[in-house]
Amino acid sequence: MSHITPEQLSEDAKKLIVDYLSKIDELKTKDRMKIPAQEMPAQDPEIRSHNLDEVALGYTVEQARIEAMRCLQCVKKNCVEDCPVKIDIPRFIDHIAHGDMGNAAGVIKEASLLPAICGRVCPQETQCQSNCTVGKALKDVDKSVAIGRLERFVADWERATGKISIPEIKPATGKKVAVVGSGPAGLVVAADCRREGHHVTIFEAFHKLGGVLRYGIPEFRLPNDIIDKEIEVLKAMGVEFQTNFVVGRTRKLTDLMDKDGYNAVFVGTGAGLPMFMGIEGENLVGVFSANEYLTRANLMRAFEKGKADTPIYPSKNVAVLGGGNVAMDSARMAKRLGAENVYVVYRRTEVEMPARKEEVEHAKEEGIEFYFLQNAKRIIGGENGKVKAMECLRYELGEPDSSGRRRPVVIPNSEFILDVDTVIVAIGNSSNPLISQTTPQINVNKWGNIIVDETQKTSVDKIFAGGDIVLGAATVILAMGEGRRAAASINKMLADDIEKEKKSVN
Amino acid sequence: MSKILFKKQLSNDVFMMRLHAPLIAEERAAGQFIILQINDDYGERIPLTIADADTKEGSITIIFQVVGKTTLQLSEKNVGDVIPALVGPLGKPTHIENFGTVVCVGGGIGVAPLHPIAQALKKAGNHVITIIGARNKDLIILEEEMKAIADEFILCTDDGSYGRKALVTEPLKEICERSPKPNMVIAIGPPIMMKFCSETTRPYEVFTQVSLNTIMVDGTGMCGGCRVNVGKEIKFVCVDGPEFDGHKVDFDNMMSRLNSYKELEREAHSCFLEQEIKNKEALQ
Ligand SMILES: Cc1cc2nc3c(=O)[nH]c(=O)nc-3n(C[C@H](O)[C@H](O)[C@H](O)COP(=O)(O)OP(=O)(O)OC[C@H]3O[C@@H](n4cnc5c(N)ncnc54)[C@H](O)[C@@H]3O)c2cc1C
Ligand code: SF4
Ligand code: FES
Repeated sequence: MSHITPEQLSEDAKKLIVDYLSKIDELKTKDRMKIPAQEMPAQDPEIRSHNLDEVALGYTVEQARIEAMRCLQCVKKNCVEDCPVKIDIPRFIDHIAHGDMGNAAGVIKEASLLPAICGRVCPQETQCQSNCTVGKALKDVDKSVAIGRLERFVADWERATGKISIPEIKPATGKKVAVVGSGPAGLVVAADCRREGHHVTIFEAFHKLGGVLRYGIPEFRLPNDIIDKEIEVLKAMGVEFQTNFVVGRTRKLTDLMDKDGYNAVFVGTGAGLPMFMGIEGENLVGVFSANEYLTRANLMRAFEKGKADTPIYPSKNVAVLGGGNVAMDSARMAKRLGAENVYVVYRRTEVEMPARKEEVEHAKEEGIEFYFLQNAKRIIGGENGKVKAMECLRYELGEPDSSGRRRPVVIPNSEFILDVDTVIVAIGNSSNPLISQTTPQINVNKWGNIIVDETQKTSVDKIFAGGDIVLGAATVILAMGEGRRAAASINKMLADDIEKEKKSVN
Repeated sequence: MSKILFKKQLSNDVFMMRLHAPLIAEERAAGQFIILQINDDYGERIPLTIADADTKEGSITIIFQVVGKTTLQLSEKNVGDVIPALVGPLGKPTHIENFGTVVCVGGGIGVAPLHPIAQALKKAGNHVITIIGARNKDLIILEEEMKAIADEFILCTDDGSYGRKALVTEPLKEICERSPKPNMVIAIGPPIMMKFCSETTRPYEVFTQVSLNTIMVDGTGMCGGCRVNVGKEIKFVCVDGPEFDGHKVDFDNMMSRLNSYKELEREAHSCFLEQEIKNKEALQ
């Protein structure tokens, strides 16, 4: 895909929209199907691979309205069915088509709290856009209505026009809710519980808020400003924040209730413990977990060389192991930090890669090389215990496994050497051990993920959990969905308590 | 945020501070550490052992040596100044019980984390033999405090400027040869010293516990930057440690990992010092 300049895209849209504006309500299905899908304007790949600014620039108003006119307003809404939080997608899109951005925002906000974030990072092609009627009819999921881009457009419009409203807060109930972790799950719980009038405190281990949104997902995909804005809203709502506070260590989880008077606790501590391959040479100097590499670059701001005190390893040739979003982010970050060659080494083929499609395309445009059906066998050290090379093996696809995916099988004697000085391991996380180590009463499964019931309640009364600590490494939207459900359960529990207290007084 | 309540220079480049941190003071146990940052946006996160705590004052004590930019800047802070980010207590507490005879070996700044452990061991009824050592007399810290708890006290310097002229491994070997041999050794200090203490005790099969101070970022088990090889396993020092069986730790790998950023830091450090000098000149 060649890069089309944002100016060109904007020009084209301005011309095109003239034809449609007058007959917007008369468009037939076949007219709509003919409207060209709108490309996302993006920074030039040559330039952006050397800066940290956001890659995708967002639709212009004209582009957004044209894209919105492609929606068929289906009666059977496949898109809504596949949306984890059930946003009324055709309704908000129809508002965009008619140029009514305020109402579009309102519709999204009924179901989702952080649209500026979800519009940017949700894997739309496997969710709302996967079964969109337009994409189905055109036999190309890339031609589905660009729901995610439209969601982002509306959220950005709202921010740019300064129209973000602070939700109404009910009168104080005197009940206290502790939220552990400030990732998407925790932020949503805080907002929903605060709205009911409860006092809410978020406890965060790091010095900055946002969880993975801050330390994992890079600035070029999700600017910090956006997270800051969302957190400002929570602060304006009266949510309290305690940073540099590790629940379990700075204070026992149960002490939050027994000593500090919290009436409910939500655990949203996210995934933890990065996994390694278990191969030779994995502790050499120059081998990093993606978490470490990205945390240094993002949270500790090592990309601002000269300003930041946290160092980042100087690399020329980088291998990234894995095929998810984390792998894409690491590879693209390494490039931006000055690596000349970056290779993504993935055991399966491109089709099986769990990363968002847009990120894979962007990575390719930026010159990241993909080595499919290959995997690391061992990492080879040179002087001072530093990485010198990596030995790899080639694979082929064999019989389908129980999940229906064809399993990669090693090709014997296919070893070859890749010349690298840095290896970034992005093959997933197991669970964060801190809460289970220090609060053994909470039941966890054999992977260390907290077990919850359908209301998100853990095995301990008044303690709820959600997000990656329950699901394993999942997605922002699923974490938010769990947060929503947990908040509803907490609000119900506290309302019942208040009711009981009233009765016992009377 | 945490205010500096007290500051004292212990030697040329070693400083002691008491920081206001009531929750950490209340929760901490021997063997645990904190992570701090001098600047909330651009600062680096460095782990430092909690040397002591005072729950009445709501304070913890840290002792640190100036080895890089962050420790240098920290040493320039004064009473009343604020540390923007301080988190803890991190790591697993030391397992304390009455083991019998325990040899506590502290090298250089390592005596700081050793002190609360030795104290706790003594309180639990152990016979505590203490060996402290440093390159020279100037670098010996907490001599009186360690002496006060020790049933036997040995002090050595590499250059013989104070106490016995020896490396700490010499008296350690002699003690291992005694009959009965000690039940346990705890060695804390520079990696090379912990390595050789472990090598010294290995032939005598005396369990030797070391406390590792690796590079860390988060300190909560999220990044893996602190990982070390212990036996056949990869362990994360911040959540599995910081204490491990010295006979199983791959010290050579740990030392090369500690040097991951040495070249970069040297550059940064010299740039920083040049800038400092320029700033001072500009003021004159
Ligand atoms: C590099 C990267 C890229 C990703 N890209 C995408 C993407 O494009 N799309 C997508 O949908 N998903 C993506 N994900 C996954 C997504 O970010 C997570 O699923 C989501 O953030 C999980 O949210 P959470 O609230 O459960 O936890 P987290 O976001 O992990 O937040 C947990 C927070 O809790 C804090 N914490 C942990 N323990 C404690 C404690 N004991 N006390 C106090 N605080 C504690 C942590 O410091 C952290 O801030 C990505 C993940 C990574 C790492
Ligand atoms: S499935 Fe596609 S075309 Fe149909 S309503 Fe949803 S977005 Fe519009
Ligand atoms: S410091 Fe990050 S996992 Fe230990």
